[in-house]
Amino acid sequence: MHELSIVTSIIKTAEKEVENSIGGKVLEIYLEIGKLSGVEIQSLHFVWELSANGTVLQDSKVIITEPEGKAKCAECETEYLVEKIYDSCPKCNSPFKSIISGKELKIKKLIIN
Amino acid sequence: MCVTCGCSSDENEVKFINVNGKAVQHSHVHSHGDVHHSHSHDHSHSHDHDHSHTHEHHHDDHGHIHLNTKEINLEKEILHKNDLLAERNKGYFEAKNIFAINLVSSPGSGKTSLLERTIADLKNEISFNVIEGDQQTTNDADRIAALEVPVIQINTGKGCHLDSEMIAKAVKELSPKDGSLMMIENVGNLVCPSMFDLGENIRVVIISITEGEDKPIKYPDMFYGSQVCIINKIDLLPYLKFDIEKLKDYARKVNPNLQFFEVSAYTGEGLESWYNFLKKSLKS
Repeated sequence: MHELSIVTSIIKTAEKEVENSIGGKVLEIYLEIGKLSGVEIQSLHFVWELSANGTVLQDSKVIITEPEGKAKCAECETEYLVEKIYDSCPKCNSPFKSIISGKELKIKKLIIN
Repeated sequence: MCVTCGCSSDENEVKFINVNGKAVQHSHVHSHGDVHHSHSHDHSHSHDHDHSHTHEHHHDDHGHIHLNTKEINLEKEILHKNDLLAERNKGYFEAKNIFAINLVSSPGSGKTSLLERTIADLKNEISFNVIEGDQQTTNDADRIAALEVPVIQINTGKGCHLDSEMIAKAVKELSPKDGSLMMIENVGNLVCPSMFDLGENIRVVIISITEGEDKPIKYPDMFYGSQVCIINKIDLLPYLKFDIEKLKDYARKVNPNLQFFEVSAYTGEGLESWYNFLKKSLKS
């Protein structure tokens, strides 16, 4: 359940940001969690409910974008969608690739008041 | 609540236990407050890139500041703190010429046995330091301490993985010698530890042949993030229906750059090349 670590890390960051800014609460938080990041969004929501209570993120609207997994084949340079991290190139079948998106794990922005 | 494992009460504190020394030490890393907060301002992570969205409607001086909304563009990695401390650990290891290995696997693959055997066979040639991660007990550290090498047990409580802050603490406690080998045995778990960089030089995933051949594609993140894969318990091959080549194919599918070692920590078969790898890594 590493989603717990993820959520607590988000909370810490948000609390710090609010404290350093105008104070108050977070109305909206924008997260970017790639489909290959290893985070289960469902688990994250589950933990969120439990963890955000009593913090600046209580009752915040959580907006999550989930970038698709994309890779570039190291052999033929084809760019392709990656559903599973071990998907091979659809053109030349090579497993060698560099992931170009889907690994994101970011707090994009906060709306506070 | 703590950053690392989300624990919220003292009963779930992370404990550091020096089994070599007499004193059992409980450093309350998770005594939320000082320790966790102390590092967070190392790098002034430029918030407030622009204030363009601050709708400051100062109609008068009554200060309706808290009614106004403000947008903070963060673009910040969620695990930035772990990554930051991992970089620090890495710098420490590099400066002291220490080669650090993060050993990961599911529970029961033989991580500790492999470690015991490796230390017993090489301790006259290589200076070892060991960090043991488990949710509870000092059983593993006790086994390592019996070999008379410096060892720290980290009990993560309910935490399912080690993180870079725990390693930073443990390393301070160990004060490892220059040019030594740092073996970090992570919590037995094939999922969670994969996301947390500890600052290690390499990550070694261990799989035993009593597990399924398709484990690499069932838990791809761990195999994707490792550089070395040790296949353990090969002495059991005659008794099992296990196809090592199939396992390797699956693992290569996830990570075509993986380097394999087939060993039995019990009989010693195949350990020579693993040992050579360690010696070479330490020199380079």
